[in-house]
Amino acid sequence: MSVTKDDVRKVARLSRIAVDEAHLEELAGELNGILGWIDQLNEVDVSDVEPLTSVVETALPMRDDVVTDGNIQDQVLANAPRTEDGFFVVPKSVE
Amino acid sequence: MTDLTKLTLADALDGLKAKKFSSREITQDFVQAIEASRVLNAYVVETPEKALEMADAADARLAKGEGGKLEGAPIGVKDLYCTKGVRTTACSNILGEFTPTYESTVTQNLWDEGAVMLGKLNMDEFAMGSSNETSRFGPPINPWRRNGDNAGLTPGGSSGGSAAAVSGDLCLAATASDTGGSIRQPAAFTGTVGIKPTYGRASRWGMVAFASSLDQAGPIAKTVEDSAILLDVMCSHDPKDSTSLKVDQPDWRADVSKGVKGMRIGIPKEYRMDGLSKEIDALWNQGIEWLKAAGAEIVDISLPHTKYALPAYYIVAPAEASSNLARYDGMRYGARVDGNNLTQTYEATRANGFGREVQRRLMIGTYVLSSGYYDAYYLRAQKVRTKILNDFVEAFESCDAILTPTCPSPAFAFGEKSGDPVEMYLNDVFTVTTNLAGLPGISVPAGLSADGLPLGLQVIGKVLDESACFRVGGELERAAGFVARPEKWW
Repeated sequence: MSVTKDDVRKVARLSRIAVDEAHLEELAGELNGILGWIDQLNEVDVSDVEPLTSVVETALPMRDDVVTDGNIQDQVLANAPRTEDGFFVVPKSVE
Repeated sequence: MTDLTKLTLADALDGLKAKKFSSREITQDFVQAIEASRVLNAYVVETPEKALEMADAADARLAKGEGGKLEGAPIGVKDLYCTKGVRTTACSNILGEFTPTYESTVTQNLWDEGAVMLGKLNMDEFAMGSSNETSRFGPPINPWRRNGDNAGLTPGGSSGGSAAAVSGDLCLAATASDTGGSIRQPAAFTGTVGIKPTYGRASRWGMVAFASSLDQAGPIAKTVEDSAILLDVMCSHDPKDSTSLKVDQPDWRADVSKGVKGMRIGIPKEYRMDGLSKEIDALWNQGIEWLKAAGAEIVDISLPHTKYALPAYYIVAPAEASSNLARYDGMRYGARVDGNNLTQTYEATRANGFGREVQRRLMIGTYVLSSGYYDAYYLRAQKVRTKILNDFVEAFESCDAILTPTCPSPAFAFGEKSGDPVEMYLNDVFTVTTNLAGLPGISVPAGLSADGLPLGLQVIGKVLDESACFRVGGELERAAGFVARPEKWW
């Protein structure tokens, strides 16, 4: 499998990272270098194993379904690039 | 008067308790040392006022005969840990001037035990790097230099600021974090001790996330004993992190002096790989001889899937990073760059805020998770991870701990390996296996290279057996008698 300029354009879009047309070729080369090296994993026979989901076997803990936090609007908004009347201000997203 | 900044954490705690000096005095000394050492670029935020305030509070408690396990001890904090009211950016532009309104569990544990915060330490952007060259603030510089050569060397990464600060006597010890070797490799490059505990020992709450199934907190310190003291405080069960383990914490500090008599030490043949420098190979053999002389039994073991660890890591880590870093959209916090519409705003914010290496990894992560490739890459990598874990499980049937080099080379110069990503990634070849398998690993300085740079040996323990790391690490430290210090040039 080889990554093309089109693949990079698509992946950049999925990653929500603006990439100049001029840099697509270079990035494709870098990604191919890394993915080519990763391809050696195909040598490993993995037919007999399950994917690893947890390195130390434990059951996921349960907690009571109660509110333990909240009423901290000032803190939530403290680092926002733009706020107004206690809301985040974001670019228009519905035409 | 003795230079208080040169004390070990253990000696400083004794001196504080015995009132030989106050926390204000030692804190003041560190504040001055940090100011005078800015050329090392170890700290990205200095908090001298907060430090002195905390020191005075510690002195008040010490005066009453009270105080916690770290009472009055000045510590540096990797910029990965959220610290309330103190800018935290993981050294990325995308976090702008982000100032947390909460404290990470690990750092809260330190303050609860009386530690004093000196400031935030430099690191690779989002902990992605092995040379600290991806930091938005530029790299910290290793206090060590090659004999007769003034070239600046990397202190390693991603916890390069932590390692440079400890090695340069700019804190008694520091917090760090390790996703593929980011505690142990910088420790090896700077003649310091670093331990990554078992996954789940320390809470990840309030740590800026990179790869959640691999990230683990740990200390960098001057001695094995110091690392045990700090690790003990950093680790805790935390309901706010669902992967945090509810397990007993042994007396690790006591383990350091227990010796290795009767222990079986495994030597994995696959780690003797092509291209391993002769001096590192020789140091490894020396380590084997030291442990033998101390009464350990040496066992040859095999970890057949070792060579697949790094490629598996470079699927799993970027995949998890691409999910974790999706939160940086410029809407709720961090630096926003406006575009003509919402999508363009996202794309401009992220193109501007993330550095080159982070962008590369996010794209790799997105690619391996994208439809049609998930099974071929991500699922396969997670299966290879099971194979790697099984290798360790089998090996530990015949040994109690594993001895390896920490890194394939000593510290290198800036720019030396930044041309080819894969070459940079190979730095983590000996450390990354324990992240994939969740095992504890410690790096201990054990000797010097021909050109005068520190070299480290790594001890890997079974799951939750940090005690074995501290026992073997302590023995290596005693046998090596490593006392070399960087000659002060800064």
